[in-house]
Amino acid sequence: MASTLAPGDEPGVTSPARRRGHRRRPVPPENRLTWRIRLRRDRTLILMTLPAIGLLVVFTYLPMLGIVTAFQFYDPLVGIADSEWIGLENFERLFGDPLFWGALENTLYLSAVQLVLYFPIPIMLALLLNSVLNERVRAVIQAVTFLPHFFSWVLVVTIFQQMFGGAGLLNQFLRDHGMGTWDLMTDPDTFALLVTSQVVWKDAGWGIIVFLAALTAINQNLYEAAAVDGAGRWRRMWHVTLPGMRGIIVLMLVLRLGNALSVGFEQLLIQRAGVGHDAADVLDTFAYYYGIGTQDYGYGAAAGIFKSVISLLLLWGANALAHRFGEDGLYRS
Amino acid sequence: MTTMTRSGTPAPRVPRQAPGRRRHPRRPVWEEPPTAPGQAVKGLSLTAVVLIILVPLYCVVLTSLSTPGAINRAGGLVLVPDGLTFDAYETMLSGGPIRRSLFVTLGITVVGTALSMIVSVLCAYGLSRSRSLGHRFLLLILVVTMFVNGGLIPTFLVVNELGGYGQYWSLILPTAVNVFNIIVLRAFFSGTAADLIDAARIDGAGEWHILGSIVLPTSRAVLAVITLFYAVGYWNTFFSVLLYLPTESEKWPLQYVLYQYVNLGATVPGQANSGFGTGAVQIAPLSLQMALVVLTLIPILLVFPFMQRHFAKGMLTGAIKG
Repeated sequence: MASTLAPGDEPGVTSPARRRGHRRRPVPPENRLTWRIRLRRDRTLILMTLPAIGLLVVFTYLPMLGIVTAFQFYDPLVGIADSEWIGLENFERLFGDPLFWGALENTLYLSAVQLVLYFPIPIMLALLLNSVLNERVRAVIQAVTFLPHFFSWVLVVTIFQQMFGGAGLLNQFLRDHGMGTWDLMTDPDTFALLVTSQVVWKDAGWGIIVFLAALTAINQNLYEAAAVDGAGRWRRMWHVTLPGMRGIIVLMLVLRLGNALSVGFEQLLIQRAGVGHDAADVLDTFAYYYGIGTQDYGYGAAAGIFKSVISLLLLWGANALAHRFGEDGLYRS
Repeated sequence: MTTMTRSGTPAPRVPRQAPGRRRHPRRPVWEEPPTAPGQAVKGLSLTAVVLIILVPLYCVVLTSLSTPGAINRAGGLVLVPDGLTFDAYETMLSGGPIRRSLFVTLGITVVGTALSMIVSVLCAYGLSRSRSLGHRFLLLILVVTMFVNGGLIPTFLVVNELGGYGQYWSLILPTAVNVFNIIVLRAFFSGTAADLIDAARIDGAGEWHILGSIVLPTSRAVLAVITLFYAVGYWNTFFSVLLYLPTESEKWPLQYVLYQYVNLGATVPGQANSGFGTGAVQIAPLSLQMALVVLTLIPILLVFPFMQRHFAKGMLTGAIKG
């Protein structure tokens, strides 16, 4: 996993050491020092990392131990240490709960819709933006499309509410022209499209960054060579641009599949009251409402574990698939 | 041929009155001239993209500045200016829950950002030397958390058992460390000014001295961007409030107040009018709601040009790719 850092890392520190193994690596002179001397030399550096490590230990590693609550009847009054152990009962209840299966179905459905309707948009925007020659125009458009990424979900949902809600701009227009009203914010049938358009509005501009970077990394001589050989605009895009972006597209796809079970937690939480839990509950909101909302903590933790395990499997599977197609994916095979 | 030689120089000025169709100075010689329909489609789609983002923001800002009469005539959001007033902002900032939540949010943002930056910069520098003892193990501790974590409920229970329920620190400490930001900082620290640092070390400078007088001054740009990332994150704090402070309305930050008044107010009938204003001035609640939206928006708009400048330079692209 550490090798995913390779781009930002000093070359030759992490990866060659892993590949060659410890013995055969030529030992740099410093490593002949005993660890005591190295500790004395580096203690300030180690000390500097401790505040961050400490915070992670308390707020990330301790909760990892806290997943044992999934096997407990957790009682807030006595804490994790003294709560009653009930084995797999939480999981049995979970798998017999139609609400849980409904949430899983919604999760997969929303993920699939976003994969089809959201994923290609940043790529197309990046291609479009890359073809703008005027630097200033390009910078302005890029700035405007980045902007909503920094808005909170509350803000984005509020803005959509004002546009498409019952009292929003769309319905003002429909009413003024004598048509019936259509409250998109509370319509379960079109909810997946609404959620996806919110994601597009908020994050499509941000998503183009990685693709623009990949585009600028393509060797410009390839375009010239292709043009000299008579390739037109579209052939150059097909035979030069897209192969040049293939690696990053596959990487983003792998990450997306790994996150397939984490669709818009805050986004859906905020809109759940309006559209109802049948349409808006995903695994995360399920864990929140049935774990914390009803104080059935062990039950919610069990749903959380289910999600984490399947997510890791998905990430691993997507990565293996990328390797099979000869791409790097998260790391080189 | 003049255009060819010019194309290499940065931002060449081509006289406007050039006769006939000239090649754009940045267009490579081998590329065919653009077709009119192609240009039209490109222009229209880019305009549409920009409008889709800006028009809603324009409506929100305009409505927040509109008089009750204008809002009534429009039947909701205002598209064309028709009677402007700052009343909504005056009411909002003259006291009451919104002003308090503004101060709460500012406090959380300032304290949280300062803490996050101190912790992250120290950690990133501590890990930036390629041969220091144990740095690989410490880095692994960080990176693991990007892929595995305890999940929502165990984190909630741990914070609760530590006494975080109803406390401001529960909005800051659990999310204070962002591993991704540390890795970006570390990449810059180990990359920049390596010669200077080596020279300082040979001269016997301590780590604190190197960090303070060489590394930090040479990485101002990345420090600014990471600071803004953290600040925006704290400014947008919402879910932690729902988890740890759902009942303590006097401690709510802006995002949560916005959620209560505007989101819930809009879906639960009868709530939109409550909780607002002092009653001295007759104000359409919609303008007040929109003023609240603008209030949460303003800091983002203020800091955005700085962030944008750094993105335009392509500074973070490499790191984000990794």
